[in-house]
Amino acid sequence: MHGRVKIKSTAQQEEEKRKEREKKLKIYVAARDACFSKRKEGIWDDEALQLTQQLLSSNPDFATLWNYRREILMHIETVKDEDEVQKVYEAELSFLESCLKVNPKSYGSWHHRGWVSARLPRPDWARELSLCDRCLSLDDRNFHCWDYRRMVVKMSGVPVDQELGFTDRLIGSNFSNYSSWHYRSTLLPLLHPESPEPPSPCREPPHSSPPPSPQTHSHRVCEEQLLKEYELVQNAFFTDPNDQSAWFYYRWLLGRAEREEMISCVYVSRDEERVAVAFSRPVNAKSVGLLLVLDGQPQRVEWRSVHPCFKHSPVWICDLPPGTISDITNEHNLTVHWTEKHTHRDCALYTGRTESWCRDSATDQELFRSELSVEKTSVLQSELQSCNQLQELEPLNKWCLLTIILLMRALDPLGYEKETLAHFQTLKEVDSMRSAYYSDLCSKFMIENTILKMEYAEVRVFSISDKKLTTLCHLDQLLLVTHINLSSNQLQRLPPQFAMLQCLEVLEADNNSIENLEGVYHLPKLEEVLLKNNKISTLAALQPLASCPKLKRLDLRGNPVTQTANVEAELAELLPSVTDLLL
Amino acid sequence: MAAEDLPSEFDVVILGTGLAESVVAAAFSRVGQRVLHVDRRSYYAANWASFTFNSLLTWIQEHHEESQPEEAQDWSSLLEDGEELIYLSPDPASISNVQAFCFTSEEDEEEEKASSPDPPNTTEEKTGGANEDIVKETSETESADSKEEETKEKPEERADGAEEEQASKTEGEEPEADQPTASAAQSQSEPAKKKISYAQLVKEGRRFNIDLVSKLLYSRGSLVDLLIKSNVSRYAEFKNVTRILTYRHGNVEQVPCSRADVFASRQLSVVEKRKLMRFLTSCVEETEEQRAYNGRPYLEFLCDQQLGDNLQHFLLHSIAMVTEDTPTEEGLSSTRHFLRCLGRYGNTPFLFPVYGLGEIPQCFCRMCAVFGGIYCLRHSVSCLVVDKTTNRCKAVVDSQGQRISCSHFVVEEGSVGTDRKTVTTPPRFLSRAVLITDGSILPSDSDQQVSMVTVPPIAAGCPAVKMVELCSSTMTCMPGTYLVHLTCQSVGSAYEDLSPVVTKLFRTPESHDQENCPSVLWCLYFNMTDSSGLEVEGHNLPSNVFVCSGPDGSLGHEHAIKQAELIFQKILPEEDFCPPAPNPEDIIYDGDNNSSSAGGEENGGAGEEENDGAGEEEEEKKEVLEENDGEEEKKEVEEEEQSLQTEE
Repeated sequence: MHGRVKIKSTAQQEEEKRKEREKKLKIYVAARDACFSKRKEGIWDDEALQLTQQLLSSNPDFATLWNYRREILMHIETVKDEDEVQKVYEAELSFLESCLKVNPKSYGSWHHRGWVSARLPRPDWARELSLCDRCLSLDDRNFHCWDYRRMVVKMSGVPVDQELGFTDRLIGSNFSNYSSWHYRSTLLPLLHPESPEPPSPCREPPHSSPPPSPQTHSHRVCEEQLLKEYELVQNAFFTDPNDQSAWFYYRWLLGRAEREEMISCVYVSRDEERVAVAFSRPVNAKSVGLLLVLDGQPQRVEWRSVHPCFKHSPVWICDLPPGTISDITNEHNLTVHWTEKHTHRDCALYTGRTESWCRDSATDQELFRSELSVEKTSVLQSELQSCNQLQELEPLNKWCLLTIILLMRALDPLGYEKETLAHFQTLKEVDSMRSAYYSDLCSKFMIENTILKMEYAEVRVFSISDKKLTTLCHLDQLLLVTHINLSSNQLQRLPPQFAMLQCLEVLEADNNSIENLEGVYHLPKLEEVLLKNNKISTLAALQPLASCPKLKRLDLRGNPVTQTANVEAELAELLPSVTDLLL
Repeated sequence: MAAEDLPSEFDVVILGTGLAESVVAAAFSRVGQRVLHVDRRSYYAANWASFTFNSLLTWIQEHHEESQPEEAQDWSSLLEDGEELIYLSPDPASISNVQAFCFTSEEDEEEEKASSPDPPNTTEEKTGGANEDIVKETSETESADSKEEETKEKPEERADGAEEEQASKTEGEEPEADQPTASAAQSQSEPAKKKISYAQLVKEGRRFNIDLVSKLLYSRGSLVDLLIKSNVSRYAEFKNVTRILTYRHGNVEQVPCSRADVFASRQLSVVEKRKLMRFLTSCVEETEEQRAYNGRPYLEFLCDQQLGDNLQHFLLHSIAMVTEDTPTEEGLSSTRHFLRCLGRYGNTPFLFPVYGLGEIPQCFCRMCAVFGGIYCLRHSVSCLVVDKTTNRCKAVVDSQGQRISCSHFVVEEGSVGTDRKTVTTPPRFLSRAVLITDGSILPSDSDQQVSMVTVPPIAAGCPAVKMVELCSSTMTCMPGTYLVHLTCQSVGSAYEDLSPVVTKLFRTPESHDQENCPSVLWCLYFNMTDSSGLEVEGHNLPSNVFVCSGPDGSLGHEHAIKQAELIFQKILPEEDFCPPAPNPEDIIYDGDNNSSSAGGEENGGAGEEENDGAGEEEEEKKEVLEENDGEEEKKEVEEEEQSLQTEE
């Protein structure tokens, strides 16, 4: 029959393909060997350029060859005039383009492209930009290309608004893209910076802290633009609430300014002749230029952190030279200067007083409005409303629940406490893999709430029993607490940070799972430690208590350690000051 | 090819080059069957064809001419003992109610720039000299409001065996399409005017590829699967449909259907966005809740999901594309089909072939020819030779009187007389309209959008209309124009069914306050038989004769492909249906390919030059397998990427 098509058999095809592969391999190996020997001999000629090109076009991830190629190109730069160099580099760029087609995620090719672009006598940035756009349209998560693009944008000075438009486009075609959202977060503050004046009374209780310094607001965006961004990102998470990239961006948008760096508290105790200083963030007091002035006289003091394991700590203490403030009839004025930050805090120790402090309280600083926002309450309120709307539709979406919790914290941590706890419960159920994280986070918020309650009550008693605490935090805020009650929680240890409770006299921590007392360390006023029904199993675990000179009463009932042979005698030796021991 | 040159024996003879017939032809040829594929028309693809503007005018004219019933020649001399003849009498009524209107000025006007854009389009100028017949329709339609049975009569009046007779006569003659071109030649070539004149349309007529049927390819539909599986896709190029639109509350709106669309939509509130996304993700899986609605309307199910009016409209009319009384299970299954197709090639579920749908049957014909199938246009089968004892068709007698033996005969529905067809359902019709407009129905940043528009019934009792708007980059219309196809199940004539929609959505002489709508430059209405109810066997025909139905009313191609596969499997149950064609490099070309018989009209149906009236049909065409290879690869790569993305 005419016109029949004859087809090669599969065996024939296989054989042909095999032969072809063999041939290819032979050529490849020969060319590679030739390149290596040429490089050894230091030959930088056109032939070497061709050989490396041949190899790299089939395997663009051969880093050694790219290096060799750069050596050759640098040599060419020295022997040819600018026009010729331009031509050579342009040829290099088009060669690189073909390499990128082979592997669009080749480290070698992108790196070499960056190198060539930077050395090109007359670079064509527009072309580079369009190459990047093409690559990103094929794969909008190609981070090599994002990196290269950032370099191109920087070199060519693309206007910021144009770049913002670019992210608009990418997000429009697929919003599940961290790179685009992140890029937006770097562009917006440049394009729409927050107005330099301090934001109008943005929190209900007007407070007297100094206006935020400009640099703390450098990452912020003006409110008008923020509202637009809220809308955009809401569109994304309402469309797909399980896509985390949008939620992360939303958290950034809601994020508050960095806290001002300051000395938040100075405490002085006449009995111990000791000063404790709390900072707004962990510092290394030995290297930040901390200066203590007592009654106009700079003092030479030795600053130490509350626990030897901290190099950086928010709380530092020092002992004053013996006798300087011990006379109770004297009045003293104390100033701590943080010279590096040009800030200081005064504290007066009046006649007849054994201790004194000066501080900004957590309520003053609104420390615990979570990480969210200096925005107007009304804005946060409407954001909370839309998240609640989403939560109604998607009651089990963890991102939504978590964001609601954060918004509630920003708005009214105490008022929303009940709802917050309920949401945490749901979170632990729907995202059981991270239930420990949620427990810790919930503990943190409960501690914050308790601190707030304590400060409103203006007492030095911190009581947080039966709240399922799994971790302790914000202990620097408890510097002045004399009585702490942590009973009936799920704590496993009293961490080194616990040593920040410099004024602590009574520690109640019955009915936990504590096995480690590391943080009960050098607490000068501690007299009573109640640890009934915990999991302290060795005498070694009680060792830190020995550093507390005034410890008199210790309750260890219901701990495994009580079963140890000869425990009473051992304890008497370890803790000679304890007179009232319950086993 | 002269008739006596045809071999006298084939495995399968196929009459008609519609989609199903062409797929059948390719499938048989591919597995080594000897195929003779003929069509009485002068063009490929039968009622699936695409025409240039000029050949469409010829087609219109042919459908206006009085049919002259063909003299049935007596071929009984060819009979042997125990045989009888079955004459094939073409069923002429597949196209009816053809009406064309021109709303633009006939010639370019010198001073047009000075005059306001309105006057020229209101001059209900009749089309040029060659189309007197069409003109006469206009007067009729003026009084067409009285939808009497009069219109129904028309098919008979104009019964057109005409083209049949013409087909056999005009072989080798210049095609008629030349006539309108002549009038175009009178007008000087002038710089483009604000409004494109009729003369310009005629002059640029070759840039149009106007489909008789309007369909799209579901990107996971059976046609796309078949194109990929068989490698036939290498003969064609496709464009994505870029957006789904709908007509609602007097406005054309974009339907958000993909994730990116929903995200970007300005008309939906965030809550609606969530509800829509949730509905779309949840309905992929069949649930107990859904089953509870089986047999009840989909609309009821949607209502109970509390989605709101917006979303309900989108889901019912644009995504499921069903009517208010469609049962839930059917609505859900078409919703699922729509969703499965999303994202494979783009943001909508649809593809459209560049150069028009008429390309698709031709691609399959080409595949058939590559594997040895023989093609003859303007060539028909007059009768079948039937063995009385076995009731099998032993041979056919072609229009030249040659007896050609065959083991199987496949025939298009239109060539089987009504007396021999067993029709279980009452005859149904499709109403079609084709518009050439001067602007997009929903202008956007890009003027090269391909839009699928759903128009729900504009009044009670009116049909739901599917509309496809094609831009010039689909190579179906000249730059500066859009080609709009409207399709619906007929209630009345095409004009009665569709002109109210046209009047609402476009600016025509009858429309009011449509300042912002695109103007219709030229339009065509016609009805076509919807033969989707027709079975492939069970007719009053020999048992080895199979009938392929013509185009159906659905948007996809499922019906024709399923039918082709069914016929193939009935005849060759053991063989693979359209296995992948080998790569060009694996084909062995030996030097002396039997040159004599392969020449002549063995024409793989390579598209563009087919109907241009230059008498090129006779020209021998080489099969160039290599061409379009790149396209295919691209498509595969694209597909891979898409699938990777969806996995992420």
